[in-house]
Amino acid sequence: MPTATANKTEITLKGSVDIVSDFFFTAINSILYQRGIYMPETFSKESKYGLTVMTTTDEGLLNYLQNVQKQVAEWLMNGLVQRLVLVVQGVDSTETLERWQFNVAVEGESGENMVPNVSKGGSNKSIKEVHDEIQAIIRQITASVTFLPLLQEPCTFDLLVYTDKEVMAPEKWADSDPCYILNSTEVKLRSFTTSVHKIDSMVSYKEADEWDI
Amino acid sequence: MTRSVVDYENLLENSFTDANKSIKTSIRPRWERKKMQQQEERRTLGTVIGGDRFIPNRAGMNMDLCKHLMRTSSSDSNEDLQKVVPDDVKAVSDDKKSMYASNLSSALLGVEDVKGSRIMSYQEKAPAPKGDTVNNLNILYSASAAAARQPKANAKLVTRQIPTAPSRILDAPDLMNDYYLNLISWSDTNILAVALGQTVFLWDAGSGDIQELCSFENGPNAHISSVSWVQQGGAHLAVGTSSGTTQLWDVHAGKQLRSMDGHTDRVGSLAWNRHILSTGSRDTTIVQHDVRVARHNTAVLNTHTQEICGLAWSPDGEMLASGGNDNLLCLWDSAASARSGPRFRFTDHQAAVKALAWSPHERHLLASGGGTADRTIKFWNSHTGALLNSIDTDSQVCSLQWNPHEKEILSSHGYARNQLTLWKYPSMSKIKEFEGHTSRVLFTAVSPDGGTVMSAAADETLRFWDIFAPAHAKKTTHKEIYSVGSSSKTSWTTHIR
Repeated sequence: MPTATANKTEITLKGSVDIVSDFFFTAINSILYQRGIYMPETFSKESKYGLTVMTTTDEGLLNYLQNVQKQVAEWLMNGLVQRLVLVVQGVDSTETLERWQFNVAVEGESGENMVPNVSKGGSNKSIKEVHDEIQAIIRQITASVTFLPLLQEPCTFDLLVYTDKEVMAPEKWADSDPCYILNSTEVKLRSFTTSVHKIDSMVSYKEADEWDI
Repeated sequence: MTRSVVDYENLLENSFTDANKSIKTSIRPRWERKKMQQQEERRTLGTVIGGDRFIPNRAGMNMDLCKHLMRTSSSDSNEDLQKVVPDDVKAVSDDKKSMYASNLSSALLGVEDVKGSRIMSYQEKAPAPKGDTVNNLNILYSASAAAARQPKANAKLVTRQIPTAPSRILDAPDLMNDYYLNLISWSDTNILAVALGQTVFLWDAGSGDIQELCSFENGPNAHISSVSWVQQGGAHLAVGTSSGTTQLWDVHAGKQLRSMDGHTDRVGSLAWNRHILSTGSRDTTIVQHDVRVARHNTAVLNTHTQEICGLAWSPDGEMLASGGNDNLLCLWDSAASARSGPRFRFTDHQAAVKALAWSPHERHLLASGGGTADRTIKFWNSHTGALLNSIDTDSQVCSLQWNPHEKEILSSHGYARNQLTLWKYPSMSKIKEFEGHTSRVLFTAVSPDGGTVMSAAADETLRFWDIFAPAHAKKTTHKEIYSVGSSSKTSWTTHIR
């Protein structure tokens, strides 16, 4: 939960980074649960943003997510993250089946250096508003299973972070390819903004074959 | 007045020329007006110095420059061009170039230009999911969880494979080509009794051994007219003869136990009901024998007016169905006697009723088949006496057998194709037809496990067909659903999203 915020005070940079990190964590868990990448039994309910969201209880997975989250938060502080992508790949076919993309844009008056400054006055949002927007996105992720094709094979996922070119790769992080999907269909989901960061989301997926029944 | 006339003349001439110079009027002569007009036009049209696009305007071209450019080589010409082209029309700046390129790529390829970013991923990957994740998703979104629990191989509609060709063919020389006889019977100990001419042979279906049981040579034209195993145990065989006697044999000892009389003509049909043996004869009577007692003749039923070719007890032992050459189908109670008469007497068939089969699944359901003139299979409710269904089969129906495992019925036919037809009950749609016999398929019997049907035909062959699926192997692993029943409907729903 964001630090140093009250009902009507501004969201600080640190607070915004926390909100965004938390959102990513929740969104990733939702996607893993809804798409059936991990067994539903390994998830437990939690109440967040006014919704019950499913969060994983699997140790290894939690560990991984926390590691990634820590690093992404650090990058976010310095305004180095451009997007976060969750890629769903088939285990056997190793082809990318789905791609969930979250673009990060920094708002506020930042000059040449892209370190986000908290915007003064103007577009201040309360925590409640931000949570409502996040809730809408999580609902959309849940609803997206209606149009996403069933994953026919066991899948794994991977998280990719798009950063600026000059960023040094920390330990245990390495370059990777973007894992695009050929002939994909894209659906743009909602976006939310904390008045420091603006997060857009979209999902692109491979169409299911008509006759693959 | 000396001015002479000449001067006056000169004066006049001068005055004419002077007149030209001196007289100024606004009215110009016509020729002058036209000249002025042309000059005006030239002045106004002079701005469109390029001419029209079809006719080049040489005045607007710089011929020297063009000649120069054409003559010099290409490497030089660029520089010359740059010299020629003014500086403010130079190529766009780098920034605009990159923006243009990225816009173009996003428009064309649908992806954003990511040259400006570095893509990284954490190298210690998340643990792999355990278990069968795909099926779990099916459980989340399928209409019924029960259907989703079936293994995935089951999701497709599976028809059981019925081979069209017989699995085995045996030779049966001397098999009599008589519609009214019943010459084969299959015991539940898997022994097939076949009457060939005057002799009864026992063929062990498991081992393939053949044993001759008995021979009836009581006079010329003597032959065995019917055989029937007891219902359970396979220890005793009833043999009907052409002389009207019915013999009871102990097959293990190979000895005849008793010979029962009661008929004056050949015994063409037999039917067991535990300890009661019903015999039908060409003398138009049906005799009920109790084989345990010495006075075996317990009842005589004589409604029929011609040879009795079909006899069948219901599985619960309550009713006896009899069909005769007089086109009658009679249903008798087990306690019937000559006085009481049949419970039901059906005259619907138009030919001899030989094929009779009680349904093993439904109580009170009887199927009967008619001969050449009738060619129909009729279904009856033996409790109410109602005709449930009548199907025309285009061919003489020689015998009927119900599938013990599925709701299907097999009929064997004669002219013209000599086929066996498998029907789905109750829709009576043809599932499959089995051809191979070269003359009419007179007798059929079902194996004790209910999987194989044996057909005997006038072409003196016995053919074994694996038509009815045996119960044990299939039902435990996955259910082979022949047609769209209720269970197959739910398995389809996993794929209708």
